[in-house]
Amino acid sequence: MTALLIRDLRLAFRAGGGFGLGLAFFLLVAVLVPLGVGPEGATLARIAPGILWVGALLACLLSLDRIFALDFEDGSLDLLATSPIPLEGVVAIKALAHWLVTGLPLTLAAPVLGVLLNLPGPGYLWLVASLAVGTPALSVIGAFGAALTVGIKRGGLLLSLLVLPLYVPTLIFGAEVVKRGATGAGVSVPLLLLAGITAGAVALLPFAAAAAIRVNLR
Amino acid sequence: MSLWEYANPKKFMQVSARVLPVVIGLAGVSLTVGLIWGFFLTPDDFRQGSTVKIIFIHVPTAMMAINAWVMMLVASLIWLVRRHHVSALAARAAAPVGLTFTAIALVTGAFWGQPMWGTWWAWDPRLTAFLILALFYLGYMALWQAVDDPDTAADLTAVLCMVGSVFAVLSRYAVKFWNQGLHQDSTILKVGEADPIAPAYYVPLVVCIIGFVLLFVALVLLRTRTEIRARRLSALLARERLA
Repeated sequence: MTALLIRDLRLAFRAGGGFGLGLAFFLLVAVLVPLGVGPEGATLARIAPGILWVGALLACLLSLDRIFALDFEDGSLDLLATSPIPLEGVVAIKALAHWLVTGLPLTLAAPVLGVLLNLPGPGYLWLVASLAVGTPALSVIGAFGAALTVGIKRGGLLLSLLVLPLYVPTLIFGAEVVKRGATGAGVSVPLLLLAGITAGAVALLPFAAAAAIRVNLR
Repeated sequence: MSLWEYANPKKFMQVSARVLPVVIGLAGVSLTVGLIWGFFLTPDDFRQGSTVKIIFIHVPTAMMAINAWVMMLVASLIWLVRRHHVSALAARAAAPVGLTFTAIALVTGAFWGQPMWGTWWAWDPRLTAFLILALFYLGYMALWQAVDDPDTAADLTAVLCMVGSVFAVLSRYAVKFWNQGLHQDSTILKVGEADPIAPAYYVPLVVCIIGFVLLFVALVLLRTRTEIRARRLSALLARERLA
């Protein structure tokens, strides 16, 4: 399993394209929004939590179809499915690899973009915390969506249509944490709910995703 | 004699051919009675005026929009467990009907909200949850469309339906947390408590609900029959190509 993780990370770093693209997209969102809504600090401060979360979510979405598609095309997914590791474990590892190359960098880069969007001071800690807690859920839910669409040619748009409604609870609680954190209100309730969604998704969705892959490999 | 006998496509076609006209007839009668009663024979509300009568379409379609998804979930589970093709096709047949009901509920709600709340749309938990439900229907239907092999499509959409149900419920409670509501609570199940919906509206509303339930059953039966015929047709074409 470690070998699979290292292989996926290596592919992500060396094959180019996937890694960094999400980050660049996240940066672009943070730059384009002030250009669109105007430079007033108060407005930006108010919408910053939501924009940062939506940006992170869309950046995460960009690289989802790579989770399984390349392995499906060259047949390594068949090999992985017949390997001694359970397919559920393969899904979990691949989601972890996806998180390490997208969710984690997004989390670390978010405070910098928070400066661009004039996020109020107390919000930074909660921005990082909520993204750290919430982005694993984005990766796992995305892996499930990618597993559903892996057999479909040019399934990218369909993948977005399937995955975005599933992202709703994560987005709501994640943005709520930052919003409350930025205004100094108590954050524990949305943060715990966000953590609950992540824990539930990480625990259960690999099974659904593995079932979908088995169907697609049939 | 067991329930599963009707999962046989042939048996299903025979029985549904006999049941369908009856259901259509009953749906037509109860909808005609309910809607005419509701629209023309009930008094105007003293504050809402005649807009109160939107309830006779809004509430039944909103109920059926949710129930259609529940029916799809049950049908998907039956497909996953017992592999009855009719079940998978029924789930597929129900999705566009459910989406239509969702859209009708949203649109009639907007028509009512404009004069009453002064806005066509508000980011109220119920409204938002319904919009998200519509997205779930769209994704479900798109996945059916996108996958070529019918069994693969049935399996994948069934899994999506199960996972989607969990997330739809999660979203329902998440949006409650996110914004306070403008939409009033449901009064249908509160009859008998203080200040329920007035009987003058309640009775025709129940007739309308029965009518829309029957309409849903009729449409799903009809569409399932169509799906079965389409499946038979493609099987025939495939056989012809081989011969």
